[in-house]
Amino acid sequence: MELNFLTAHELIEKLDKKEISSSDILNSLYKRINETDAKVRAYVRTPDTKHLTPSTKLPPISIKDNICTEGLNTECCSKILEGFKPPYDATVIKKLKEAGAAILPLKTNMDEFAFGSSTENSFFGVTSNPWNLECVPGGSSGGSAAAVASDEAVWALGSDTGGSIRQPAAFCGVVGLKPTYGRVSRYGLIAFASSLDQIGPITKDVTDAALLMNIIAGYDPYDATSADIAKPDYTRALENNIKGIKIGIPKEYFVQGLDSEVGKIIEEAITKLKSLGAVCKEVTLPHTEYAVPVYYIIATAEASSNLARFDGVQYGYRTPNSKLPTQNLIEMYKKTRGEGFGEEAKRRIILGTFALSHGYYDAYYLRALKVRTLIKKDFDDAFKELDCILTPTAPTPAFKIKEKVDDPLKMYLSDIYTISANLAGVPAVSIPCGFTKNNLPVGLQIIAKPFNEEALFKVSYAYEQNTPWHEMKPKI
Amino acid sequence: MAYETVIGLEVHLHLKTKTKAFCGCSTEFGRAPNSQVCPVCLGFPGSLPVFNRTALDYAIKVALALNCKVQGFTKFDRKNYFYPDLPKDYQISQFDLPLSRDGFLDIEIEGGPKRIGITRVHMEEDAGKLIHREEVSLVDFNRTGVALLEIVSEPDMRSPEEAYEYLTNLKSIIGYLGVSDCDMEKGSLRCDANISLRKIGQKEFGVKTELKNMNSFKAVRDALVFEVGRQGAALDEGKAIIQETRLWDSEELETVTMRTKEGSQDYRYFPEPDLPPFVIEAAKIEEIKKTIPELPAQKLGRFIKDYGLSEYDAKILVSTKEGADFAEECFKAYPNPDKKMPANWLIGPLLSEANLRNLGVADLGIQASSLTELLGYLDRQEISNLSAKVVLAEMLSSKKPAAEIIKEKNLLQVSDSGALDAIADEVIKENVKSVEEFRQGKTGVLMFLVGQAMKKSKGKANPKILQEVLKRRLADA
Repeated sequence: MELNFLTAHELIEKLDKKEISSSDILNSLYKRINETDAKVRAYVRTPDTKHLTPSTKLPPISIKDNICTEGLNTECCSKILEGFKPPYDATVIKKLKEAGAAILPLKTNMDEFAFGSSTENSFFGVTSNPWNLECVPGGSSGGSAAAVASDEAVWALGSDTGGSIRQPAAFCGVVGLKPTYGRVSRYGLIAFASSLDQIGPITKDVTDAALLMNIIAGYDPYDATSADIAKPDYTRALENNIKGIKIGIPKEYFVQGLDSEVGKIIEEAITKLKSLGAVCKEVTLPHTEYAVPVYYIIATAEASSNLARFDGVQYGYRTPNSKLPTQNLIEMYKKTRGEGFGEEAKRRIILGTFALSHGYYDAYYLRALKVRTLIKKDFDDAFKELDCILTPTAPTPAFKIKEKVDDPLKMYLSDIYTISANLAGVPAVSIPCGFTKNNLPVGLQIIAKPFNEEALFKVSYAYEQNTPWHEMKPKI
Repeated sequence: MAYETVIGLEVHLHLKTKTKAFCGCSTEFGRAPNSQVCPVCLGFPGSLPVFNRTALDYAIKVALALNCKVQGFTKFDRKNYFYPDLPKDYQISQFDLPLSRDGFLDIEIEGGPKRIGITRVHMEEDAGKLIHREEVSLVDFNRTGVALLEIVSEPDMRSPEEAYEYLTNLKSIIGYLGVSDCDMEKGSLRCDANISLRKIGQKEFGVKTELKNMNSFKAVRDALVFEVGRQGAALDEGKAIIQETRLWDSEELETVTMRTKEGSQDYRYFPEPDLPPFVIEAAKIEEIKKTIPELPAQKLGRFIKDYGLSEYDAKILVSTKEGADFAEECFKAYPNPDKKMPANWLIGPLLSEANLRNLGVADLGIQASSLTELLGYLDRQEISNLSAKVVLAEMLSSKKPAAEIIKEKNLLQVSDSGALDAIADEVIKENVKSVEEFRQGKTGVLMFLVGQAMKKSKGKANPKILQEVLKRRLADA
């Protein structure tokens, strides 16, 4: 079998035994990308091979376009960051390089600034779902998920603000983990919503996710929001034994809007976990219904401020259609931002600006912060008696390209099951748990209490060891 | 009509930390443009701020010295506005939970002390510097991210003079704490002034203007004086004052409209999500309190009490900590209980010498003991006042002890009345006309004769004794 089809841990074994070299893996990946990426379009730009390190201990990794890589274009798939080559590496990139991984010198596609759930809002065009090229791969880390699912990547990093790792992982049939807020450094992640963003792994199986977390997790003095807590060895949680583990099924997640086929597949997954010895019971997360509105106030408010710096002064795009900024500064700002940002980015900047405006702040932003506290408390209460919470990752399987693009509200509801974990700061993983009649993957979301990623690994590993879903490959 | 002036000041102060507030870049002044920058202070995508704890310690120190209540729980907020000198297009500042509130600063005005309220002292970061050329505008980001304190006063000042006093006292206190250079020319202290007039007896404030671009305390006072006149004249003519920002033009000596504020600008403040809120423990506040030295106001009182100085003299002596410490050393080394002599010398010849060299008195390179040694010669009337000044100048340049210089220059006074008798007799003989006038009652002539005798002694005669000798010989002759 071509090397690109293997998991990272399988490749590491071969590298350790010196059966293969890292350039063999790269050649295999490039061959695959040449064959299939014209259809999938998981990557943006073409490889810049001069950035390659010749021999590495670990398989190369694919990086989302919003994580800074020194000297390598990092543009958030936005026109406004056209040509931006960061002068520094994100902390996660530094850690990967130190651990001996090569960074694939082409970035994965995403919704512009991670604003979206379908990767349709990219300046570089849409990515297709490897399982059905007419469908979206989910988003915003759609490029990373599609690359891993199509074996154009061994493993990848994504970022998750409201589900941007987990939802595309679910749509593409791969593993995607959003760590606890503060577990992985955000230094070098181009911010969407600072209080919600986390970088996390998108991989072919649970073992790879644990290996990747071992590399990227941990305290970073350059990120004041990263937690100064010792990092465990996550691979130690990979034991095929979940007898007596207590799992809660929140009733608020199984209501109108959940696709019946998805609902059925999740039921089957619950049955499977029970058969493996898990104790499942219904629980309540009473403030669930407010998660989407709260999220769209907090996330857009922070984004409106985070994205202010894209003003044409220092880097990225500057309008050619304006007088010198000295002569008309405001015009330069307006045209640069008007021409540089896409539709969804503008919509969110306007929403966020409004939510923070004088006279509206208390009614929107401040109120949203209060409800966020209640949502967090829901989880605190639930976890007093539980190890994990289990939900569908997304209410539907992958939808058609353009199906929701003109209806932002409908699009926002794709994240209805993933958003709460970001608001509460808790870790969550999506793992493949079955396929619809149309052969589209379905994801199972497992949520744990803060800094208990081990519980996620434990349950998802046991489930994976007893099901075939992670071994399925799309035909492209 | 008579109006009452109402003034509030907003002072921005650079904290003298080695590195910037949120990154490791140096804060050194005067380096090549954009040589002290990094992805964090340039606001590059993905970069994150980490707070400099030394800046916090300094800020707490200032807040305590200004009698503010330091808040146990505080946080940073983002102040959002677009400007090319602000790379993130927001400033990390503090909004609703500032570091400290409710302090005061006492000033001396005619009629006694006056207490000026301090609304708040909070922390923020500085912006860059724009340099406008004919064709382009350039940005220097070296200053971007330097830790700033904003010190906001209550509208408690009632005249430009009070504002001047407030600034002088504030600078003196900050100087004692050693946390800022307070140099307006280098921009390490900046002051904006809010000023309005109201009819005497009226309770509500009038419409205010905000004055900017003053680069010295004197300029602040001048701008306020101008504005009192401008607003007063406008009100007399029945015109309304427009709420606006006005710039001080130091060449034309007038304020000019910069921008009119239509309501207040909406900065969309919200909590800075990249910096978690933090708790300041009471123990930390106590610890910092202990590092605050005796402040100028306390020192002033003590100097008056312990050394019997006049308030005027004491005030000059305590204006800087280094100067006050040097003065105190001199007072202690000076054996005489009356400290008027060293005080006069510190405020007089030493201070003018220091001002000439743009130094502090303590930096002149003269030891307190050397000065008191010199003063001892004066007290014993062994040298003249004039000679003492010559000796001091020589001490400053050659660093030699007073005794050596006096010996070298042969400056010891002649107090021996036998020697002086001879000189007096010679003078009487040579100035017959003046002696005649003296005898006819023109006593003023005596000083002329003393002068002549001083000349004859080559300045070495003790003038007091000489005068007595002359009087005696004139009466005898």
